[in-house]
Amino acid sequence: MKKATLTALSALLLIGMTSTASAQKKTVTFLSGQNEDVGYTRIISDLAKEYQQKTPSVVYEYQNNTTNGTQKLQLLANSGNLPTLYSISEPTLLVQLYNKGEVADLEATFKKLGIYNKLNPVAVNINKKLTDGKLLGLPLELNIEGIWYNKKLFKESGIKEPKTWDEMMSAAEKFKAKGIQPFSASGDQKWPLTRLIGGYAARKYGADVMDRVKAGTLKLTDPGFIEAARVVQDMGKKGYFGQGVNTIDYDTAVDTFLQGKAAMFYMGSWVLRDLNDEKRNKIGAANVGFFNLPNVTGGKGSTSDWSINTGLTVAVNQKQNDAQLGNWLKYVFNSYANKSMADLGMLTGFKVSKMPKNVPTLTSMTQKKLNAAKNGYLWWEGLFSAKATAVSWDNVQPLVTGDLSPEEYMQQLQNALK
Amino acid sequence: MNKTLSDWKAILIFVGPALLLYTLVLLVPIVWSLGYTLYEGSPITGFEFVGIQNYLRILQDPTFLKALWFGTKFALVVSTGQVILGLLLALLYHFYLKNSSALVRTLIFLPVVLPTVAVAQMFSKMFAIAPQYGLVNSLLHNMGLDGYIQPWLGQADTAFWIIALMEIWKAMGFYAILLYTGLVAIPDETLEAARLDGAKGWTLTRFIVLPLLAPITISSLIFSLNGTLKVFDTIVALTNGGPGTTTTPLTLLMFKTAFTYSEYGYGSTIALGLALQCLVVTLLIVWRNRNGGQ
Repeated sequence: MKKATLTALSALLLIGMTSTASAQKKTVTFLSGQNEDVGYTRIISDLAKEYQQKTPSVVYEYQNNTTNGTQKLQLLANSGNLPTLYSISEPTLLVQLYNKGEVADLEATFKKLGIYNKLNPVAVNINKKLTDGKLLGLPLELNIEGIWYNKKLFKESGIKEPKTWDEMMSAAEKFKAKGIQPFSASGDQKWPLTRLIGGYAARKYGADVMDRVKAGTLKLTDPGFIEAARVVQDMGKKGYFGQGVNTIDYDTAVDTFLQGKAAMFYMGSWVLRDLNDEKRNKIGAANVGFFNLPNVTGGKGSTSDWSINTGLTVAVNQKQNDAQLGNWLKYVFNSYANKSMADLGMLTGFKVSKMPKNVPTLTSMTQKKLNAAKNGYLWWEGLFSAKATAVSWDNVQPLVTGDLSPEEYMQQLQNALK
Repeated sequence: MNKTLSDWKAILIFVGPALLLYTLVLLVPIVWSLGYTLYEGSPITGFEFVGIQNYLRILQDPTFLKALWFGTKFALVVSTGQVILGLLLALLYHFYLKNSSALVRTLIFLPVVLPTVAVAQMFSKMFAIAPQYGLVNSLLHNMGLDGYIQPWLGQADTAFWIIALMEIWKAMGFYAILLYTGLVAIPDETLEAARLDGAKGWTLTRFIVLPLLAPITISSLIFSLNGTLKVFDTIVALTNGGPGTTTTPLTLLMFKTAFTYSEYGYGSTIALGLALQCLVVTLLIVWRNRNGGQ
């Protein structure tokens, strides 16, 4: 009897101890679709581990999600098990989760922590557009998109940076005549092709084009959009993207450009990672140039409007947003920008306070363009639903091969917007 | 025995546990999933009762009809290929190679045990156009037939035939073995008797072997049709339903609708459509076979 009481008492004691211990201990979990050793996940993990050494009560845990992210997040949210930080590819879902009180308002959180001034206003603005004017995602990257080109090939053919879309097309024609593939593009990924449609539309109607589509004042079946789809279709039909564009994956597209087999390559600044990689870049960093999508004759947009985004959105769990997490966020995001720049030469939506000396030339060149950018617009599908995004992506493949007319492309997309 | 079978208690004890398990793991989810077809929404936004709206939508949805047609065409082509080639291979094993067929059987059966993604990887490399020509395009190039070089998996019509080819190649060994076991089971005396009556070659096959093999051929057809109607991994690995949505079967459409667009109600409706398609095809074969047998 005595023994039983003793066991019961010690069991109680044990329970008591573990519960007090767990009250102090906190686990910060980061669920991301990206591998831990690349890009922003690497920077966050490094900083979180540093913090864990200083503050052992806050344990950092990284989870790599290899399955369908949207589905997984829905399941986790439904069972109240969302991780502390998670990457989420669908802005609509993010807003839904915010409305249920699951997602932290980062503007309020960062202001409370006194680190709101660390954020780059351009990044904040562009990010807010995605989620109904609220800052729900961390701007872990800051990317601008444009056309990277092979300076050597341009020089050899006597071609200058094109100022208008027509000039770009005649340059493409010259390259094709010389047996050089004008553009490298991954049709397998689909979005690199729709970005061109979106870019053309932004030059035609101005940087606010997609906001107007969302508001309903512009319809995708309007002539300018059909023209945009036709221009990209013509590029495909004339063979400017090379053979079998729809089966080319992302890495092949990057390598085609980096091995000097293509003259131009539309891509975001995240590709700097590959451009700065001496092993992959066979044409040499000095031979890489960068220009914004050129103007369209009679268009309202201009080359001071850039397609800007903050990378894959990463949200913070409101239910875990307490003082301990606050300190963690403060620590990590105080050094995030500097460390990203120093370690990876990566541009982020946070302000760099100490520029490292050995920034690669291409990175600082891109940074300058980004700083000079007056207007930012989101990518073509930025404000679309998951369904409309899929329609846009899937249909661009038959569009560039000529199996779907520009009118049908835009009509189907307009129908999917409803 | 009869006494036991008419005893309700005994029946309950013998069948009860299995029936309960069956109800829990099979019937309940099916009925549950059927229930979703009357709702729309996602676990986050909540579900809303929409009545028969999903059914009305599916009937007018061009994407659904396109996927239905693709699946049917694919199942017909692939099943015909799998069963006919399987049958020919079985006849080859049994009548020509006889006892020395073990090696051939192993080789032809090999793709059945390979993972689909691996096979798909091989096929996509074989038919590649970039960054390098794959086997097929290099052969064409070497033979001076450059005009025939094309992105095989990047065009709707050629992609269809390559997916079909891969599916046939992958599974014909399975049907060959299945039909071979049927052939082995035909008594030698029957064949001997037919031969004495003067039947040989095609006559022997047509009037003796095929009718005796009919039950197993029907099973093979049902297996094959149901397998090909539900094709998923091959397509995801080879073309992911593209270019565009030209090689999207119902399974992939259902997956995308439910799990990418978060339209769970409509996804369930598509799943029901697929189940009905499989059921109709199977019933047709069974019915045809019964009538044919009488």
